[in-house]
Amino acid sequence: MEIPTDIETLYQFPTENSRSWESVLNFTDYPYFKNQKRFVLQNCGILNPVSIAEYIAFGGYSSYLKTIKSNKPNEVCEMVEESGLRGRGGGGFTTGTKWKFAHNTEADQKYLICNADEGDPGAFMDRAVIEGDPHRLLEGMMLAAYAIGASKSYVYIRAEYPLAIKRLKIAIEQAKKYGLIGENIFGSEIDFEIKVKVGAGAFVCGEETALINSIEGKRGMPKPRPPFPAVKGLFGKPTIINNVETLSCLREIIPTGVEEFKAIGTERSKGTKVFALSGKVNLTGLVEVPMGTTIREVIFDIAGGIPNNKKFKSVQIGGPSGGCITEENLDIEVDYDSLISIGAMMGSGGLVVMDEDTCMVDVAKFFMDFIQRESCGKCIPCREGTRRMLEILEDITHKPVTSSENEALERFKGVTQLEKLGKVIKETSLCGLGQTAPNPVLSTIKWFREEYEEHIFDRKCRANVCTELRTFTIDVDNCTGCTVCAKKCPTDAIIGSRKTPHFIVEDKCISCGTCYDVCKFNSIVIS
Amino acid sequence: MGKLTEIFNNYPDLSRDNLIPILQDIQDKDGFLSKESIVEVGSHLRMPSSKIYGVATFYNQFKFQPNGKYHIQICRGTACHVLGSASVLSELEKQLKIKAGQTTRDQLFSLEIVACIGACGLAPVISINGEFYANVDEIKLSNILSECRKNKEEKL
Repeated sequence: MEIPTDIETLYQFPTENSRSWESVLNFTDYPYFKNQKRFVLQNCGILNPVSIAEYIAFGGYSSYLKTIKSNKPNEVCEMVEESGLRGRGGGGFTTGTKWKFAHNTEADQKYLICNADEGDPGAFMDRAVIEGDPHRLLEGMMLAAYAIGASKSYVYIRAEYPLAIKRLKIAIEQAKKYGLIGENIFGSEIDFEIKVKVGAGAFVCGEETALINSIEGKRGMPKPRPPFPAVKGLFGKPTIINNVETLSCLREIIPTGVEEFKAIGTERSKGTKVFALSGKVNLTGLVEVPMGTTIREVIFDIAGGIPNNKKFKSVQIGGPSGGCITEENLDIEVDYDSLISIGAMMGSGGLVVMDEDTCMVDVAKFFMDFIQRESCGKCIPCREGTRRMLEILEDITHKPVTSSENEALERFKGVTQLEKLGKVIKETSLCGLGQTAPNPVLSTIKWFREEYEEHIFDRKCRANVCTELRTFTIDVDNCTGCTVCAKKCPTDAIIGSRKTPHFIVEDKCISCGTCYDVCKFNSIVIS
Repeated sequence: MGKLTEIFNNYPDLSRDNLIPILQDIQDKDGFLSKESIVEVGSHLRMPSSKIYGVATFYNQFKFQPNGKYHIQICRGTACHVLGSASVLSELEKQLKIKAGQTTRDQLFSLEIVACIGACGLAPVISINGEFYANVDEIKLSNILSECRKNKEEKL
């Protein structure tokens, strides 16, 4: 559809009574929204997030009250299992099955934890849900707590999301006032309590057992499983940990939406998934589509493709534990299993789009740098292995730029070592962070091997991102011998006397680009 | 009675799960965790201060030196990286003449790298004292910094 560009209004909301404005698209006709199926995000931007009354007027909390009046907890577990809802946080474990473990374990106290520690760089859907529709999350938590029999619950939320924390606290206060949180809720003899725990900035705390340790006031390090948290978790009691997006789906499923939910999605992955689109794409933001939508539809039909007529290169999905999807795989139907088959992973659903100006070796290096900083240090494969992988990658992208065959061979050996190391780290790490840590590297080697080889043998970066691989020379015809570059050069690599053309000593040059920046006569040439 | 009594009063039971919230409250109040406050928390919770220090150093959030007046957080998430946050970082380091994790000598600016502040749609992003600046480039950066410097002079 043609989007009118000569008007300032982007779109309008259609209502029954009002006449539409001419030449302004309805919100639902706008390609960005038309191709989406907003399910978890349906109220975001439409309801006032700090008003419980608005949420209730739109049918809020009816699912919960109906459920506690007419359904038993084990029926709720059955329903969720039947619906095929899988955890949206990354692993994709069937939610209903997990709940049953906790439901069937006898204990005097059980806990529910909402994992809002959205540490994946490139994902921000949990933040949007909590900021835009906090009551939906609370209702989901109430349903989950009812099903597993938990009377106490925690929301573990990142400190980096101050607005989300504020809105969540407001929502909890409002729900308390309305009698939805507290003791003996609406005469049902159910008690429910929610506490907000603010995380302290550790990526590994997104892992279930590390998160439990963090709530208990310890260092956020994972524990071996079993025992699984569903049997022995927080303070030694059965604990269920669900992601924000998973919990936010629940009120559409329970008690009457199972069939409707099952109808959406692919055979083994049901419902919708929110993707966080960012990077080199025309429209960035949150996109909610049914499972089974292709990535091509998301990037090109919904988000309007790549800006500045650049060529699409790849899209990184699942953050530091995911992988790349290249042009040839753009048309696969996205669900948990299809992504694993191509070496990627759903993760939390961050999509970072990359165009031809992005260097894949640099991206791999970026993720390795992130992982080795965030590794908790408990088990050796992850702590030491990721560090070694980073060193190898740095070796590939750094100086010296000599063409000596021996050095090229050493670097090439590095790549085979990367593959070996990656395999060992995957197989021997304790927690999800380590087990998935080599994915970005392995996936880029798999799909962009020629870029690695270019870095190793030709010593060049086709996207011009690895700045150290640039070589600088001085164009003798343009150089006036002003000596500015020689004075600014941090390694004294530029020689030449006044008013005669200068020369760069390649062995000394660290390719910092200072000479290029200071030259007034455009006589520095980068190749 | 120490100066942290007020904070301790909010956490009447001495269980260990209150440790991180207490440390967060102290940091909110003082801007950082001093040696004295860690010792005081230890004697309040009846825990060795070495244990507390161990927990505090594990998490990125806790600081052991005061931040500058303008605390700059630069996002180094994937989206920001792809859109050039590395050059924004080096420009910041160049203009402030400090490295990430340090504070300028006049205590005006401090610079911190954060993993992702969840504003990937606005990349590259920096945040100064909690306020977000979107699509930052070198020119925008100089304007923002000089604005901060000007504001400081006005207050004096």
